[in-house]
Amino acid sequence: MKALLILLLAPLLAVFAVPLAAQDAMPPAPYAYRQLDDPAQEAKARELMHTLRCLKCQSQSIADSDAPMAGDMRHQVRTRIAAGEDPEAVRAWLVARYGDYVSYTPRMTSATWPLFAVPLVIVVLAGLTIARRMRRRT
Amino acid sequence: MNALRWTLWIAVAICALWFGLFAYQLSQPKDEFVESAMIGQTMPDFVLPPASASRPGLTSADLADGQPRLLNVFASWCIPCAAEAPQLDALERSGANIVAVAIRDRPEDVDRFLEVYGNPFTRIGSDEISEVQLSIGSSGVPETFVIDGTGRITYQHIGDIRPEHVSVILEELRKAGA
Repeated sequence: MKALLILLLAPLLAVFAVPLAAQDAMPPAPYAYRQLDDPAQEAKARELMHTLRCLKCQSQSIADSDAPMAGDMRHQVRTRIAAGEDPEAVRAWLVARYGDYVSYTPRMTSATWPLFAVPLVIVVLAGLTIARRMRRRT
Repeated sequence: MNALRWTLWIAVAICALWFGLFAYQLSQPKDEFVESAMIGQTMPDFVLPPASASRPGLTSADLADGQPRLLNVFASWCIPCAAEAPQLDALERSGANIVAVAIRDRPEDVDRFLEVYGNPFTRIGSDEISEVQLSIGSSGVPETFVIDGTGRITYQHIGDIRPEHVSVILEELRKAGA
C-alpha cells in the first residue's frame, strides 16, 4: 500500500521539484565562496558580510545567503578589503547605492534618532516616577 | 486620585495608538523594492565586454555622448525580462535608444534570448559578476534606468515594464533631454 502511494506521488513531487525561479548558469564570482588568503583580512570581510543585507533574500545577510547576487556582493566585499579598503568604507559604498536598507548596523540620522532618544526618555521618566513615589512613602 | 486616573487614561490612549499603528502597518502590502540611491548621480566608470556577438559591449563613456538613453538591466535566465520584451520593442519604435547590461549570462544564452524575444538594444555589455549592477544600486532583473546625455541617472524603473509604464518611461526620457 505504502509503495503504491509512493509510486503515485512520485511524478507529482517530481513536477514540484522543478525550481520555480530561474537561476543563471554562471559559476559563482571568484571570491563568492573563496576565503581571502590573509586570515586577518578574511576576518574583517566576514564580520562586515554578516552585517550587510542580501537584496535578493531580504531577511538574510550576504554571509548567510546562497543567492548568486549575495555571492557577487561577497566578491565585492572581499576584493575591496583585499585591496586595503576599510570595512566601513565598503559599507558606505553600498549605502551610497542602496540606502541604509542594505546595512544591518543602525545609524543615527534625522529619521532614526527617536529610536535612540525614546528609550532614554522612558528611563528618565520611570526614574523620576519611582523617586517621587519612594519619597512619598517615607 | 483624580490626577492618577487621568494619567492612566493617557497611558491607555498611547497603548491604543501604538497597537493601532501595528494593525495599520501589518495590513499594508509589503514593499520589496529596493530603490537605487544613485538617482541624480553620475554613472560610475565601467567597461563591459560584449554579451552577444550581435552588438558591441558597453562602457560608461558610451552613456555620456550627449544623447539620453535607457539602460536595461536584464538576463536571459530571467522570466519577467522575457515578459517585458514587447514593451522594450514599443519604446524602441518610439525612438528610445536602449542599451543593456546582461547579468550573469553566457553569450550563447543571450543570443538565443534575443533571437526569441527580439533585440531592441544598440549595445549590450556582459556583467558576469553583477559588478556594474551593484555599482548603480540595482537589486534585481529586470530594471530600467534613464540616463541623460551627460551620463547621469535620472530615473529607475524596478521590475518588468508593463504596457502602462511605457508612456511614463518615454516621459522620463523626454525630461532627460531626448
